[in-house]
Amino acid sequence: MALYQLKAHVISALIQNKEMTSEEITKAFLDRIEAVEPKIDAFITISSEEALKQARAVDVKIARGEKLSSLAGVPIAIKDNMCTKGILTTCGSKILNNFIPPYNATVVNKIHAADMVILGKLNMDEFAMGSSTENSYYKVTKNPWNLKRVPGGSSGGSAAAVAADMAAFTLGSDTGGSIRQPAHYCGVVGMKPTYGTVSRYGLVAFASSLDQIGPLTKDVKDMALAMNLIMGHDPMDSSSAPIDYPDFSKSIGEDVRGMRVALPKEFLGEGIQKEVKESVLSAVRVLEGLGMVVEEVSMALTDIALPAYYLISSAEASSNLARFDGVKYGYRAKEYDDLIDLYQQTRDEGFGDEVKRRIMLGTYALSSGYYDAYYKKAQRVRTLLKQEFSKLFESYDLVLTPTGPTTAFEIGAKVDNPIEMYLNDIITVPVNIAGLPALSINSGFDQNKMPIGIQLIGDTLKEHTILKAAYAYEQARELPGGVLVEL
Amino acid sequence: MSYNDYEIVMGLEVHSELKTKTKIFCGCPNEFGGETNTHCCPICTGMPGTLPVLNGTVVEYALRAGLATGCKINMFSKQDRKNYFYPDLPKAYQISQFDLPLCYAGEVAIEVDGKPSLIGLTRIHIEEDAGKLLHEAGEGSLIDYNRCGVPLIEIVSEPDFRSAGEVRAYLEKLRSILLYAEVSDCKMNEGSFRCDVNLSIRPKGQKELGTRTEMKNMNSINFIVKAIDYEAKRQAQIIDGGGVIIQETRRWDEGKGITVAMRSKSDAHDYRYFPEPDLMPIITTEETMEKIKASLPVMPDIRKALYLKEYGITEYDADLIVASRHVADFFEVASKTAKNSKTVANWIITEIFSRLNEDEKEEGKIPLKPESLGELVNLIEDGVINSSTAKEVFADMWDTRKAPALIVEEKGLKQISNDDELKSMAQEVINENTKPVADFLSGIEAAIQSLMGQMMKRTKGKANPGMVISLLKEILGGMK
Repeated sequence: MALYQLKAHVISALIQNKEMTSEEITKAFLDRIEAVEPKIDAFITISSEEALKQARAVDVKIARGEKLSSLAGVPIAIKDNMCTKGILTTCGSKILNNFIPPYNATVVNKIHAADMVILGKLNMDEFAMGSSTENSYYKVTKNPWNLKRVPGGSSGGSAAAVAADMAAFTLGSDTGGSIRQPAHYCGVVGMKPTYGTVSRYGLVAFASSLDQIGPLTKDVKDMALAMNLIMGHDPMDSSSAPIDYPDFSKSIGEDVRGMRVALPKEFLGEGIQKEVKESVLSAVRVLEGLGMVVEEVSMALTDIALPAYYLISSAEASSNLARFDGVKYGYRAKEYDDLIDLYQQTRDEGFGDEVKRRIMLGTYALSSGYYDAYYKKAQRVRTLLKQEFSKLFESYDLVLTPTGPTTAFEIGAKVDNPIEMYLNDIITVPVNIAGLPALSINSGFDQNKMPIGIQLIGDTLKEHTILKAAYAYEQARELPGGVLVEL
Repeated sequence: MSYNDYEIVMGLEVHSELKTKTKIFCGCPNEFGGETNTHCCPICTGMPGTLPVLNGTVVEYALRAGLATGCKINMFSKQDRKNYFYPDLPKAYQISQFDLPLCYAGEVAIEVDGKPSLIGLTRIHIEEDAGKLLHEAGEGSLIDYNRCGVPLIEIVSEPDFRSAGEVRAYLEKLRSILLYAEVSDCKMNEGSFRCDVNLSIRPKGQKELGTRTEMKNMNSINFIVKAIDYEAKRQAQIIDGGGVIIQETRRWDEGKGITVAMRSKSDAHDYRYFPEPDLMPIITTEETMEKIKASLPVMPDIRKALYLKEYGITEYDADLIVASRHVADFFEVASKTAKNSKTVANWIITEIFSRLNEDEKEEGKIPLKPESLGELVNLIEDGVINSSTAKEVFADMWDTRKAPALIVEEKGLKQISNDDELKSMAQEVINENTKPVADFLSGIEAAIQSLMGQMMKRTKGKANPGMVISLLKEILGGMK
């Protein structure tokens, strides 16, 4: 097994036991990136020098016998919408093609504080708007299981990089499924934590009330470590939860017998690819085999979650993205007549079609006279959906669904049909709307050997419950041989 | 129609900067001036990814302002985004409050020409200030972000004003209340107290309101009064000429003495307000409210009534004294020490105010201990020094902060009240000045002043003038 194929917890042990240096591991990943990046296109920025510098610094500390975090020296990569001081941060957009943040996001500070190594910044749909990473201004990331297919999105770079062994794990962000859907498409583990448990400070906002940073990993054990790394209260983020955060590595291996799982029938019906449905049902059998109780339930509000999501997220985005006006930083149009023209030309040239579509949708939804009919109504749906989930969690520990209706589609197949593209998120968005934690984990492959993911949704702050179930499932599942493309 | 047949109707929006130590959403210092772009950070310059964290003191100060103006408090309040593009607003939205302001339904009592009236306050809400555009010749427009994120309260009045005089009285009163509550410096010249005037006119007796114009960002009461006068006449002329008033924003051009149209309603912004998702609701408890209420000082109106009744000073003096809380506090403490409050008031209004003007001290901040003024007044009342010596003592006291009694002692300024000493001196003066003595004896009473002058010259001004007069009269009376 090559070094870059190792899981984060294995790498961590090698470094802590001084069997390998962080520099050796980091070099192995940088070589791997150099070899496969031309095929995968997962990175917008590869920060080799900075990464090696960080690795050597960790090695010095370890040699001195300093007590370091359990993830010290482990090389990871992060989505390009998290601010890194002194390192280009583009959000996949032309409008930030020269933006070098003067500060670090809180998660980036946490990564540095844990003495970890950042290999680079990952490709994404522009401003995290998309489900295929085709909306990046810079490149189209390919699915490592089939280079003609999309890796999902918007954290497509983050998912592909894990699947193609280009980082021990990665961070993505999830506003409507942007971690879980690409995890599903790329056969990795992806988790969106409870809203408010990972600081959003330094995450360039798409939809403030929905955005949440989360990890994409090779397995559930790594997920627990990554969650320990990034979660925690941050006084710089007013929506951050001031609670005691548990040690998630303790969730691994806990008894799952008697856990109750709800299976909403609405997500196994029309529009769901046959093999996806079959894979979910096979997962049900695995869970039952572990002693869990799975019961079919009905969720009445699932069909109105998607329109509510697109109204709320686009409304917030229209305001959040207004600051990209060419005045203070980022791209500015070369020619303009006056101030208004400077704004118009800059935003016309700097934003891609999908971003413009959402800005227009959101601006409309917030306009005087339409606010009540759209934004306010969408917020009421949000309240109702939260109530529906709360009710479900009175009787169940988890909700099980497919992560997406289909497996990864071919590059270009849906670019001209935004509505069809939006439907990819139909099963993931209710989770964001309700602010809940959820995880996607590989449950099999379709006939084209493309990965399939199941989604485990937990109640607010019940990451622990999700992780212990996911770990038990991961140990018990049988994956009928998916094969990564020879890269 | 004659101009006098119209009634002016006005409502005011006052923006006042709160004097918190730090800005509203970040830790940058909240200070006026400073080198351009030195009081700013990624948060107040709206860098991508940054988030606001509300400064609790801003809420406290806004509640103080609200409770000082009799407002009701929204115990559940929230902040909203007001979206518009302008280079001085780096996030392209201002965090303000829309439908749930912190304070609402207050009132401010004013008096114009002895006629009292109440001005209703619709609301007081908190928001962040924007930066400043600097138009440099040859360099285009530059932006100073220092003011970005300076905390503001916006105080919106009901359309209760009918004259520029009422507007002046209201602004002066509001300013004094905010100064009393110690929430703002209210320095109009630094822009920390500025005013928008919404103005329309209608024929007297008509209920329906006319179309209004808005005059924005005026920072001098004199300009505001002039602008109101101009704008009301302009509207009357248009209506009289058969025209219609266009709802628009206008700017007062002080140089030309006219208001100029800036933008009309047709290109007015749709601010697309929506709840700020990055901030939590503001919850105020009864306990907080009671605490703030208890910490507010006695307001000027109540003090004025007290001064008239208990201290016996004139209304004119009381108005001047209560205008500043520092002065009023000073007056009250000095009066406690002094035997005569009227004399205290008199000294404050004459000597202290003129020294404050000369020294350009921060408004009302008197560099003396109020007890010292009280003691000075007592030295006069007790006949230890006369009032002309007192001025000398005061000047010394102002510069050295020494106690007045000590100054009198050190400089030997004690009034000569010794009967025998003065009597023999008076006899000498009468003996040596035959001309005024003869004049006085021939019935020219004023001639005694010349003798008085001689006495003061000999005592270097320290003689007790009352005693001197009576001694002179006594001796001269014996010569008749």
